[in-house]
Amino acid sequence: MPCRLLACMLVGFVLLVSCGQSPGVPAEVVPLPSALPMVPVAEEPISGVVTVFAAASLADAFEELAVAFTARYPAATVSYNFAGSQQLAAQINEGAPADVFASANQAQMQVAIAGGRVQGGSEQTFVRNRLVVITPRDNPAGITSLPDLARPGLRLILADAAVPVGRYSLDFLAHASSLPEYTTSYSATVLANVVSFEESVRAVLTKVVLGEADAGIVYTTDAALDADRLQQIEIPDTLNTIASYPIALLVDSGQPRLARAFIDFVLADEGQRILGRYGFLAPLDSQVKHE
Amino acid sequence: MSDRASGWRQWKQDKQRFRPDLIGPAALPLLLFLLIPLMALVLRLEWGGVWSTLTNPVVGQAISLSMVTTLCATGLSILFGTPLAYGLARRRFRGRTMIDTLIDLPMVLPPAVAGIALLMAFGRRGLLGAPLAELGITISFTQVAVVLAQCFVAAPYFVKAATAGFVGVERELEAAAAIDGASPQQIFRLITVPLAWPVLLSGVVMTWARALGEFGATIIFAGNLPGRTQTMPLAIYLGFERDLNLALILSLILLAISFVVLAVVKGALRQRIGVQ
Repeated sequence: MPCRLLACMLVGFVLLVSCGQSPGVPAEVVPLPSALPMVPVAEEPISGVVTVFAAASLADAFEELAVAFTARYPAATVSYNFAGSQQLAAQINEGAPADVFASANQAQMQVAIAGGRVQGGSEQTFVRNRLVVITPRDNPAGITSLPDLARPGLRLILADAAVPVGRYSLDFLAHASSLPEYTTSYSATVLANVVSFEESVRAVLTKVVLGEADAGIVYTTDAALDADRLQQIEIPDTLNTIASYPIALLVDSGQPRLARAFIDFVLADEGQRILGRYGFLAPLDSQVKHE
Repeated sequence: MSDRASGWRQWKQDKQRFRPDLIGPAALPLLLFLLIPLMALVLRLEWGGVWSTLTNPVVGQAISLSMVTTLCATGLSILFGTPLAYGLARRRFRGRTMIDTLIDLPMVLPPAVAGIALLMAFGRRGLLGAPLAELGITISFTQVAVVLAQCFVAAPYFVKAATAGFVGVERELEAAAAIDGASPQQIFRLITVPLAWPVLLSGVVMTWARALGEFGATIIFAGNLPGRTQTMPLAIYLGFERDLNLALILSLILLAISFVVLAVVKGALRQRIGVQ
């Protein structure tokens, strides 16, 4: 009798432990789909929930893409986790359950590859994006050109260097400093005006739209979402970093066939059309690896 | 009579069924659940890189910023929270329950809500922020914003504790001092506060600890700039994505500081209660 409670607890503990193990051990997942050639398996329709970890900048385009995807595969559901790519990569490497990773830069995809959750070389570029400087609609600081960003006393917001767009913003500033039109101190002067390094591109967008900052740097696709509440200052191609977005299947996906179907959908015409509507640039032909 | 007898029998039965020797094993799972993740933090740390991480300026800046801002936030909570708590404890008025509930709100709100609310109020285009900006005063993305965010989420802890502390002081003692000619200020300073002291002190510590852990409201309202608004929780959050070891070390320092402060205060309180 006295042991009853203890025994119950022991059983509970063992259950807990065994539950905890299961995600790491893909017990009886038959790796047939990705290994097979791209012949649609007619007798078994694509169904289930595909979990997609996607960069914050993809949120709106991917939401619409999911609607089109589930129209094509009515038995399938797309479940998204949108965040800064660096955060997604960290989550993936800590064992977060995901089927597809769509990153805003190669570096964070490499993090997932180094963590063993994505097979190196399996990633494919599916869109490109570029940077733009934004100010609130009424442009309180009167910023009209890129050199204006170095004017003292401004309040600028960038994404943190851990976020892809933050990295690209720093690259842009460093690149500009090396050109004769800008002074060598351009980057340092602009950075001295920064009041916050945000954890995602959408946080930069929201705070500039709210008028909390005089200017910020985001992707053209983000600026397009709030175009009527912003002014945009273009960054010329010579200075602009064209961001390549890679997408990949996770090696331990429980839904490889569905996940593959999602990736193919993103890369195919319909997915590309939707992404294009949100301002994303199509990948260069050389970047799309055909299997 | 028979009711009482059956109640007694029931109690005897329950007492037999309630096994004191099982309290330990039954209490263990939660204790382990609370402690194992903290141990995992320590075990995951790569000790080889500790020194180079500690000398990273981000670490020192985050620690000193956290200390300064939480002390300011705690001080402001005491300064402005004491009159509020005293009023709630001593006055009976219409709407008292309503005010009491409103004070509970920041404690149950998700911190992100607190951050957005503060931005809407004190941001450059905010309710109060816009007129202040006209005067050339900006609050968002400054250390003032960090302190305000901490105050907003932490001050209610002090008000709650202090109210309970003041309620616990017997009115007769205050009345006796008044009869002996003490002024209201003297009564408050010499009778009420000393008697409520243990509760006040634990309220102060809870407020400080909550301010130290504040994250969500800070990153939204005060932003994230190393050396200016990047407190320890923010440095830990961004460190998780950039440099896990930095996040682990800062987490351990945060844990150690919290543990020492809480333990010292608990010890002081026990000693005081022992004397009484």
